[in-house]
Amino acid sequence: MLTLQCPYCGVMADETELSAGGEAHLKRFGPGSSDAEFETYMFMRENPKGVHFERWRHANGCGKWFHAARCTTTLEVFGTYSAQVSEPPQDIKDAITAKRPGWAWREFA
Amino acid sequence: MSTRLTSGGRLLNKGKPLRFTFNGKNFKGYEGDTLASALLANDQMLVGRSFKYHRPRGIVASGAEEPNALVGLGRDGRFEPNQRVTTTELFDGLDSESQNHWPSLEFDVGVVNNYAARFLPAGFYYKTFMAPRAAWKHLFEPIVRQSAGLGKVPRDRDVDTYEHFYAYVDVLVVGGGVAGLQAARVAAQSGAKVLVLEQTAHWGGRAPVDGGEVDGKPVADWVDQTVSDLRNLPNVTLRNRCMASGVYDHGYVLGYERLTDHAPQAQGPRHRLWRIRAGQIITATGAIERPLSFAGNDIPGVMLAGALRDYVVNYGVSVGDRTVVVTNNDDAYRTAIALKQAGMMVPAILDARPTGGGALAEEARALGIRVETGKGIAKVHGGKRVTGVSVCLQAGEGAALETIACDAVAMSGGWSPVVHLWSHCGGKLIWDDAHAMFRPDPDKAPTGADGKGFVVTAGAASGAMQLADVMADATAAGNKVAGLSTDTPAVPATPEAAMQAVWLMPQGANAKLKMKSWLDYQNDVKVSDVQLAAREGYESVEHTKRYTTLGMATDQGKLSNINGLAILSDALDQPIPQTGTTTFRPPYTPISMGAIAGEARGEIFQPLRRTPMHDWHDTQKADWEPVGHWRRPFSYPRTGESVEQSVSREILQVRNSVGMLDASTLGKIIVKGPDAGKFMDLMYTNMMSTLKPGKCRYGLMCSENGFLMDDGVVARIDDDTFLCHTTTGGADRIHAHMEEWLQTEWWDMQVYTANVTEQYAQIAVVGPNARKVLEKLGGMDVSKEALAFMEWADGELAGIKVRIYRISFSGELSYEIAVDAGHGQALWDKIAAAGAEFNIMPYGTEALHVLRAEKGFIMIGDETDGTVIPQDLGLNWAISKKKEDFIGKRGQQRSHMTDPNRWKLVGLETLDGSVLPDGAYASAAGSNENGQRNMQGRVTSTYYSPTLGKGIAMGLVLNGPDRMGEVIEFPKTDGTIIKARICDPVFYDKDGEKQNV
Amino acid sequence: MSEALSALNGAFHKGAVTVEDIGPQGMITLRGNLADETLMAAVKQATGADVPALRKITHAGPCSVAWMSPDELLILLPYGDVTAALDVLNAAMAGSHFLAVNVSDARALFRLTGKPAAVREVIAKLAPADLSADAFAPGDIRRSRMAQVAAAFWLPEEGVAQVVCFRSVAQYAFDVLATSAQAGPVGYFR
Repeated sequence: MLTLQCPYCGVMADETELSAGGEAHLKRFGPGSSDAEFETYMFMRENPKGVHFERWRHANGCGKWFHAARCTTTLEVFGTYSAQVSEPPQDIKDAITAKRPGWAWREFA
Repeated sequence: MSTRLTSGGRLLNKGKPLRFTFNGKNFKGYEGDTLASALLANDQMLVGRSFKYHRPRGIVASGAEEPNALVGLGRDGRFEPNQRVTTTELFDGLDSESQNHWPSLEFDVGVVNNYAARFLPAGFYYKTFMAPRAAWKHLFEPIVRQSAGLGKVPRDRDVDTYEHFYAYVDVLVVGGGVAGLQAARVAAQSGAKVLVLEQTAHWGGRAPVDGGEVDGKPVADWVDQTVSDLRNLPNVTLRNRCMASGVYDHGYVLGYERLTDHAPQAQGPRHRLWRIRAGQIITATGAIERPLSFAGNDIPGVMLAGALRDYVVNYGVSVGDRTVVVTNNDDAYRTAIALKQAGMMVPAILDARPTGGGALAEEARALGIRVETGKGIAKVHGGKRVTGVSVCLQAGEGAALETIACDAVAMSGGWSPVVHLWSHCGGKLIWDDAHAMFRPDPDKAPTGADGKGFVVTAGAASGAMQLADVMADATAAGNKVAGLSTDTPAVPATPEAAMQAVWLMPQGANAKLKMKSWLDYQNDVKVSDVQLAAREGYESVEHTKRYTTLGMATDQGKLSNINGLAILSDALDQPIPQTGTTTFRPPYTPISMGAIAGEARGEIFQPLRRTPMHDWHDTQKADWEPVGHWRRPFSYPRTGESVEQSVSREILQVRNSVGMLDASTLGKIIVKGPDAGKFMDLMYTNMMSTLKPGKCRYGLMCSENGFLMDDGVVARIDDDTFLCHTTTGGADRIHAHMEEWLQTEWWDMQVYTANVTEQYAQIAVVGPNARKVLEKLGGMDVSKEALAFMEWADGELAGIKVRIYRISFSGELSYEIAVDAGHGQALWDKIAAAGAEFNIMPYGTEALHVLRAEKGFIMIGDETDGTVIPQDLGLNWAISKKKEDFIGKRGQQRSHMTDPNRWKLVGLETLDGSVLPDGAYASAAGSNENGQRNMQGRVTSTYYSPTLGKGIAMGLVLNGPDRMGEVIEFPKTDGTIIKARICDPVFYDKDGEKQNV
Repeated sequence: MSEALSALNGAFHKGAVTVEDIGPQGMITLRGNLADETLMAAVKQATGADVPALRKITHAGPCSVAWMSPDELLILLPYGDVTAALDVLNAAMAGSHFLAVNVSDARALFRLTGKPAAVREVIAKLAPADLSADAFAPGDIRRSRMAQVAAAFWLPEEGVAQVVCFRSVAQYAFDVLATSAQAGPVGYFR
């Protein structure tokens, strides 16, 4: 039972206030994209042991989507941040580097 | 025999006798007794039969670790099986019954298993019931079902109530023994919010029984003083009868508070489940004594040494007149001394250590107790009660040196810290060879959201086994969580001699003895079973556990775990830490289903969503249908009518005159902003941006994958505002879907949404006379000219502010009237009154479904199932070809989606007019690679149409639209076949003239 | 026009903590840029109350304004004043991007009254939120889950709580609140 802080309303939200939204920072491929691009966007997902980026929604709360960076093995939370970014902000990346030197996730490190 | 002593019993109130029953016999106890101590006081040593062999079993322990003494408690709506007598507080009028025997506890037929025990070793069931296959169903299963199961399932509805409570604390202390109290006292000095949970009714744990001094006073006095001090602190809460059942991620802990189990007449909930978030957790959970593995160690009268001491000191109960103590450590000498001081006989202390004990041994000898070192028990004599023990050399093979008559045996194989809560969330253990125990590794605590450890152990739970060490460790734990450096209270040191691991007694016990040396009492696992598992290749402790069922009973191996590991390690010839432990999982002891459910039972088991006219439907005795959490009237059967008849009546009324429908459950979402049109074009497959204010358009919504997920009518309110209708139950999902795209993909768009579903009651007035009804109500021009098909208008009806949509889901002239929910019932009543001359009547969801099916309108959830695209349903007209993009467009371009062989929507009419079974498949020639018959279609909607007087259906069929008139076959589950002709899915008013009048 | 009915039409549970349906209550959802001065002025003009800070609720006479999310307010006002207030908001913010919509009939509003600790405990049995006095005080609003439905609650003053939820689940919300109240105190909050 996780507790994640909603970056929009500041509440330390119990997992039962949240709904999970899967992998973060997917790049949408719409009409005009190749089959491979669409397949990657639609179906290919990371399954890391360690650092991971996810989307969550404070569903029973302010209703806002946000991003969370956490460790899938220890459930350590490196930080939560705005949904309106297409890659993890530098302060989040720095926080992860401090705790998991040498981490890499998709194109980010 | 076991009996109540005239003196002693520090927890008893002898001024308050209580009456209770066990298997119908009337017994007497005192306030302060547990059911265990009261049964023992009445010489009820035999309390149950074991699970597999039905061996007679007595009480072994005095606390949560008790494996044997499980009873059915209470009657009727308060009956509960598998209750431990050791943790059941006695109350006046308590009813209990023993379990797992037939016909009686004293004479049990199942005990035949005991004599067949050599034929029922570990894995017997796995090996025996493999083959032949048919034998399982017809022979084995009926027999196993007869004899399996522990206790009886309650038959009556639980009459008690339960609740949850959410608490947020800085420090949670688990355990109200001396360690927990000291740790709490220290931690509280920082001002932290501290909650202390103690599973029993008493504070202080074992310390008052074991004795000692803290800060110059007897430890019992120190406990009283400390509890009193803590109660006076504003930042500390103490809760007894509240067990921490599990530690979970990020400092989440479940506490199980038993409020009225000891006082069933009291008001309020029976159990309360505390859902706690703690910054730091101190587990001061104490330690559990281990049994010794010798032949006959399960015979009633053989008990843990500490438990025997508890019964004497706490409850003034002597388990036997003559108690032999057998031990590998000094602590058990305390039992001998306590018994002797209480006036009982201790014929011998058999100390397996060749060198014997320390100061406590000297004290025992001084009291005149015979102490034998290097000795053990070869076997225990007796059946339903101990009659004596054969003494042997621990180092030998079990040759009897002498037999000592006795009626109780106090055994101690050393103590194991209770590490469950530490381990639940990932805390690691290390093997402590000196004490032959696993204890928490303080460097490998479970970690929380910040990556730091959030559990600290205190006292015996850390592996500190003597009072001075316990107090020092508890003080350190309190200091650690609070960042303080408080001094440890003064405790005089009482050095004890080292214990010595004894895993089998005697160490060279022969096969016959090992077959009677129990490890797991509740699941009947013996030393020989674990050794057999090792021989058969079970090397992993987790596999051995499942193969032998060691530690899988309701006590989860609290007594058997370490002994079993040690036997397995020995059999595998490897050190114990290499074997490791099985996984500790919550709950620590079983918690009630009621506590888990909390308030969620009966009427409030689930939220039920009600429309503003719900109560009216209820008074009409509507036949309800659940749609998501909503309840919608399925139909309104009248007296003497079947549901089928009422559905037909409602349909014909709509087709011939006028009916009314509560459509309030349809989702309504406002989409507003400068970019609303652009956004709507992305959400819907249709072009919505071209919709004119005042007009309505039917639209489809797909997932990004291309599959149809929702449909509904969109009304354009003004240039930058749309109102989207969704399916019933779809509103929250679709609103969330829109918000997801706005917040996470197109956050630069200027669009706001609002889910206004419940702001409105919506009433559909449907049928050829619908206009006449509205005209009677007056206030708005509802003529074809003023309000054409697929238009909407604001106005007043009968003086009530409304918005009317001229949309139709039935093919009839139809008005959907939205009104503020607070006026919904009033408008409903006025429509009913105005329509009386046309015999207006409400219709339910089934009539709605048939009406739409007669028109060939699809229904989300019937024609769609998450794998269907709009093109499958002939809805290409609703998919814009001009738009560059919409959600699902790219998905629908994939080869599988454009495959001409996708099954497509058609109508189906049976040749004999009967109704096709829902979900039936159409068979095709040949069979697939699995030998299954090929299929070529399936039924998605099927009804009896009273309008047409025959069965009608829709279905998805291979190349269906190209096969009009062809007859295909639908095999039924009874082996017969229904033939149906492929036809146009629009069965009624093909040109749509009736809705457009 | 008929009299508007609230979801439970004044339902009432009497006990150490009383739970009652407040009756028809005007409510407006306002979405927009909460830092925008035009919006702030419009809210002030319509209600007399200031735009609240993060997770706060402001009051002015019969009106309250609650922070619901970074771009959403819930305005509470007398039921009969909603149309006029909407007109004020629409006029004051004309030309800017916002959404103001009447949700008076879409919600149910309950009032809990009793001893301060007891009122807090009635909610703390149902919501995964810290209801202790140092974490939640008058002036705060919390959106959360109440048993199995979404809800928001605030304390107009110590000993009084107001709970708002969707209309369709009003009966459920009332029943869980009444059940929680009926079960008596936990004795945790002091």
